[in-house]
Amino acid sequence: MANEVLTGAQAIVRSLELLGIEDVFGLPGGAILPTYDPLMDSTKIRHILVRHEQGAGHAAEGYASASGKLGVCIATSGPGATNLVTAIADAYMDSVPLLAITGQVGSKLIGTDAFQEADIVGITMPITKHSFLVTKAADIPETIAAAVMIATTGRPGPVLVDVTKDAQQASAEFVWPPKVDLPGYKPVTKPHGKQIQAAASMILEAKRPVLYVGGGVVRAGAHKELLQLAELIGAPVVTTLMARGAFPDSHKQNLGMPGMHGTVPAVTALQKSDLLITLGARFDDRVTGDVKGFATGAKVIHVDIDPAEIGKIRFADVPIVGDAKEVITELNQELATALKSTKVDIKDWWTFLDGLVERYPLGFTPANDGKLSPQHVISRIGELSGSEAIFAAGVGQHQMWSAQFIKYERPNAWLNSGGAGTMGYSVPAAMGAKVGQPDRLVWAIDGDGCFQMTNQELATCAINNIPIKVAIINNSSLGMVRQWQTLFYNERYSNTDLNTGTDTVMIPDFVKLAEAYGCLAIRVEKEEDIDKAIKLAIETNDRPVVIDFIVSRDAMVWPMVAAGLTNDEVQYARDAAPVWDGVE
Amino acid sequence: MSKHVLSLLVEDKPGILTRVAALFARRGFNIESLAVGTTEVAGLSRITVVVGVEGAPLEQVTKQLNKLINVIKVVELEADQAVQRDHMLIKVKTDAATRSQVLEAVTLFRARVIDVVSDAVIIEVTGDTAKCAAFIKVLEPYGIKELVQSGVLAMGRGSKSITEKILK
Repeated sequence: MANEVLTGAQAIVRSLELLGIEDVFGLPGGAILPTYDPLMDSTKIRHILVRHEQGAGHAAEGYASASGKLGVCIATSGPGATNLVTAIADAYMDSVPLLAITGQVGSKLIGTDAFQEADIVGITMPITKHSFLVTKAADIPETIAAAVMIATTGRPGPVLVDVTKDAQQASAEFVWPPKVDLPGYKPVTKPHGKQIQAAASMILEAKRPVLYVGGGVVRAGAHKELLQLAELIGAPVVTTLMARGAFPDSHKQNLGMPGMHGTVPAVTALQKSDLLITLGARFDDRVTGDVKGFATGAKVIHVDIDPAEIGKIRFADVPIVGDAKEVITELNQELATALKSTKVDIKDWWTFLDGLVERYPLGFTPANDGKLSPQHVISRIGELSGSEAIFAAGVGQHQMWSAQFIKYERPNAWLNSGGAGTMGYSVPAAMGAKVGQPDRLVWAIDGDGCFQMTNQELATCAINNIPIKVAIINNSSLGMVRQWQTLFYNERYSNTDLNTGTDTVMIPDFVKLAEAYGCLAIRVEKEEDIDKAIKLAIETNDRPVVIDFIVSRDAMVWPMVAAGLTNDEVQYARDAAPVWDGVE
Repeated sequence: MSKHVLSLLVEDKPGILTRVAALFARRGFNIESLAVGTTEVAGLSRITVVVGVEGAPLEQVTKQLNKLINVIKVVELEADQAVQRDHMLIKVKTDAATRSQVLEAVTLFRARVIDVVSDAVIIEVTGDTAKCAAFIKVLEPYGIKELVQSGVLAMGRGSKSITEKILK
């Protein structure tokens, strides 16, 4: 039977349909117009019209991170494409499977500085896993299939497909399934048996092992295997910012988050460890502090699907390249066999760690300026929403408090911009998460600074019936920057006042703004109103909800390891270092 | 700083050179020389790159290069396991008095004269980097007016081929 002849534009839509794509986020323009025409007729793909392409990118990220599926965003050439750049860079840093489709000017116009022309393939080269420029209609099915394969396999990441307008308009036979030929792309998922044995024997010998768990465990869906491993060997677990929820917070072996704003037990466990069992983590500088002084007595088992992560920052005594799920499964089998004849003895280690947990629990000093304590607000959101909800944070103090004070019991419940630190991630990411997981309660926990970067997507939410809840942790300033100014710049607050607090000119008034966007808007200034507002937000599902929580600007994120210092110098509160004794 | 010769087998796709060069720039690796061309297999190109690194990061270079989708294979060619050649064109000032001395140097270094005018010659020389450097030193006193060179080309010794396992 002869193959159907489709336009390139129809081929894009058909390919996406055949690859099982159900939701895409985008905004049309000249060079992508041909594709938007058949998109209108698709009954399988829901297109959500955003108000800014960056919103489309973050929405696709939130969709992917919440559901584990591929996120897809579409934009036109030139500024449409460049508006995706931040989200693409964000997805690259956090290994989010993302497909970005952009229109490009006609192939004959490329290189002429045509209207709305930008070399988006060139611009995104360092921030994509791969990118394609398609100039022929016949190449579209193969390219889209290859892009999806690259984005979703191995270490996930963003892939950009830039399609010229003439390629969308021309016709070609639609061949499906296309032959995807990528001789240079063969991700290793299955670990080397010898390495598994070496890791197992190292684990059995360790006196102070720690499971250092990163976002790779979440992306690999290896949380069940991790739980099994942790219980098998009884070792403490720390979950990085990207891995919050990979291991239940309620589990007694979970010491919390390590790093710059990690818990004292988590930071100290890594620091005093003799074996880091590193699973899908990458020794980010926000975790290690000054890397020369990081966990100096520890050997390292490093499991990662990306060979380039192993040995990049820290030497690995046992490097294991593979998919976290497969690696941990094999490691569990190996350990289970070995544990029949031997035992792990880490009682002294736990005595030391239990002491830390008891002495240095997460906590905060309540605000004394009559405003709300942001940590309390965020705790209540977490407690009233439960562990099935999804929480997407922006970047800054509220992000750290959300990572610290919400208890995560499952993976993909916590979405944030960890590597790139993209302010403005929260609202569009929450929108995408709600589209991907419509039955879940989805919160955007945002700062007053972040919120002003991408709140236009509230219009998208309101019009498309995507009832997210937004909690603005409004301290009327760029809080994290202000915290650093307090601590390291002599309390000179250069350009961090945003004037959104109740004792300022309040521009903008977030309640009025949210109402203008068709949201239910609530302002909370008193502690006794917090729960009521959160409950009302949870119950309201006919429109998005925005709560403006007026919080103290003097609240700071603790514990903290100041930038450039070693983790030995973690501060429990301002000028308060923990006392370490016991294990040395 | 040590020098390493890497041979990259790559798909002959638009932008591949940009991807490789940009990766070096972005990750802070130093390119000493670069040579690009097609191979005996249609659709495959070979990039020979001399990279200057401090011990450990070489592994990072090869790992990052391997992550590029269009890079099929990365091989380090160790000096004793491979042949390496530079290719240079050198324009040297000559006159009646110096021409014969220059030509003698050409013979000694097994170079070739490929263009002659009354006051200059263009010499072609191939060889390893040390030989080419020595030749330049000999020519310098006469006056080098212009010099152009390819990047290092390198190939592993023996009968094996870098493309062998790639072709099914």
